[in-house]
Amino acid sequence: MSKQAQHWEKTRGLLMVTLAIWFVFSIGIFLFGAEMNEVTGPFGYPLTYWFTCQGSLGIFVILIFWFANRQEKIDEEFGFSERGDD
Amino acid sequence: MIKGNFIDNLPKVYGIYTGGFLAFIIIMAIAEQMGMSAKVIGICFVAFTVAIYAIIGWLSRTAQADAYYVAGRQVPTVFNGMATAADWMSGASFVAMAGGIYFKGYGYMALLVGWTGGYVLVASLLAPYLRKFGCYTVPDFIGTRYGGNLARLLAVIVLTVASFTYVTAQINATGTIASVALDIPFQYAVYVGLVSILLCSMLGGMRGVTWTQVAQYIVLIIAYLLPVFWISNKIGAGFFPHFMLADEVARIGELEQQFGFVANSKENLAMVPKGLAGITKAHSAVNATPWAFISLALAMMMGTASLPHVMMRYFTTPSVKAARKSVGWSLFFIFLLYSSAPMLATLSKLSLMDPTLSTGIIGKSVAEVQAIDWYQNWNQANLMFISDFNGNGTVELNEFFMGGKAVVLATPEIAGLPYVISGLVAAGGMAAAMSTADGLILAIANALSHDLYYKIIDPKAETAKRLVVARVLLVVIGFAGATIAAMEIQGILGSVIWAFDFAMSGLFFPLVLGVWWKRANREGAIAGMALGLISGAGYLIWVRNGGSGFLGITQLTFGIFGSAVSLVSMVVVSLITSEPNAATQKMVDEVRVPSGRTILGKQ
Repeated sequence: MSKQAQHWEKTRGLLMVTLAIWFVFSIGIFLFGAEMNEVTGPFGYPLTYWFTCQGSLGIFVILIFWFANRQEKIDEEFGFSERGDD
Repeated sequence: MIKGNFIDNLPKVYGIYTGGFLAFIIIMAIAEQMGMSAKVIGICFVAFTVAIYAIIGWLSRTAQADAYYVAGRQVPTVFNGMATAADWMSGASFVAMAGGIYFKGYGYMALLVGWTGGYVLVASLLAPYLRKFGCYTVPDFIGTRYGGNLARLLAVIVLTVASFTYVTAQINATGTIASVALDIPFQYAVYVGLVSILLCSMLGGMRGVTWTQVAQYIVLIIAYLLPVFWISNKIGAGFFPHFMLADEVARIGELEQQFGFVANSKENLAMVPKGLAGITKAHSAVNATPWAFISLALAMMMGTASLPHVMMRYFTTPSVKAARKSVGWSLFFIFLLYSSAPMLATLSKLSLMDPTLSTGIIGKSVAEVQAIDWYQNWNQANLMFISDFNGNGTVELNEFFMGGKAVVLATPEIAGLPYVISGLVAAGGMAAAMSTADGLILAIANALSHDLYYKIIDPKAETAKRLVVARVLLVVIGFAGATIAAMEIQGILGSVIWAFDFAMSGLFFPLVLGVWWKRANREGAIAGMALGLISGAGYLIWVRNGGSGFLGITQLTFGIFGSAVSLVSMVVVSLITSEPNAATQKMVDEVRVPSGRTILGKQ
């Protein structure tokens, strides 16, 4: 397999993991919104309410930075990263 | 004071700017104590901030295509994040979001999840690849990846439909704020708003818009957070509201139980002024079905990833790597405001509902409430209303009505904050609406000037001529938007949500598959865009005219239907027609790796 094909395979793998995490916190948990709201979440808010106010939103921020770092590592591994920027 | 390259000095420049703005707030606060009238303070806030944006717009003037279309591709990640956040957070986010949460609770909060979750799709599926492509506009990507003028033209059409729906709402919002702050009729205020918007973008294009948007973000975030923290501290709810309002949320639940949700009769509701609503839904309970919540969130997420005015912000970063990081920063800056909106809704509701607080009005006598200053002001502005339906002389929960905008605009006054905060909030709302309007008008004008005029009509046009065309279009589109806004046909939020649905119906899959599916070809993309947009629009018209809809897809989520049609038709048509030629396949391979020159830079 060429270097480029390997790079793309890893990139696709990272995409799948990223989208899976995204799916859980944007869609998955809200299938059980009513049940989850009975539980007390962080800072004492009802759990589903907390996810809609802060939880999911904050997880998305972290997820994007994590994704960006992982993708950079993959690019470096195969020598596809750019030189001299930011 | 400032030496050397502007880009290297950005932190210093905006640091001084932020300090200057804070000093301005303090000066206004002192002026208020010395007896300056509320009206003059409002005018000062709006005039001062708009003048600053206009100066930035003038300083950023340019005659180069690269600077005009993509700000020279040198905007650092964090600043691009701020600019995107301002670009993204519209007048509706600023003025109406807390109100939506206040009235509709959980069902509305799907928008918070949707409008943030979409950025994960932007970062992972699209932004870095489109940046590598090196295009000026989103249709530029479609036109080059799939080839041919028809694909490019369809992308321009989808972009224009989606963005124009959105931009009228923003011009409307600038008009509303300008008319209140400057005390002039709405029909004229709309054009005052428009001129302010054009001042930022006309001379400098994307470069001007980028640097004004950063300035606007700083104003709007200060204007949103300062009142939230102040009110929270003032009513003793906690010095950091985001982590400390659990008791207040629980208390609202108790009060809801105590007062009960009493349904009003039709005759009684007919007496309530249009646009005002009462508290009829639980604050923190789950009040929507899973599908209602998820479908709205999903539509907003896919719409986010297809809206061209957001995507084109990532064309301005210096590299592919920077584009990815920049999406993270964008969402971080958006998060600061979005996570505060539910807190503001909680504080606002508690201040009004809790009889043990001095600001609470539920349970007080009608005469007493009608004598309160702020009630009279906001009642006059048609944003508050009480009526003694049951004739017992006390205000019940179901007898108090408020406009959605009042949560942001009136809460500082209700909580007893000085007027200077209300002036600040007006400036913040103006900044939010202006920055989004600028991004949208520029997206449309750039697509028309670059893709329609330069790429299709006159490919030999010189740069100077192209930029003249771009600016003329900017003004024309602005005036068209303002004219429609002046007619006041839609509410702010309805049209904003439609824009997401239109964008996802026509553009989501053609963009995503363009990168992720090599087999996608021109015929497939054309079918995907055309059928997606037509079926989405058709569904909207059908439901608006009394159609029952299916699968619980409403007029707010019609993009789910449109994009499903788009996906199926794009895949089917691509597979029954021949695969893209070798050159196109090679191009896709190159888009997938960050290193090397941009695709369009090579030509």
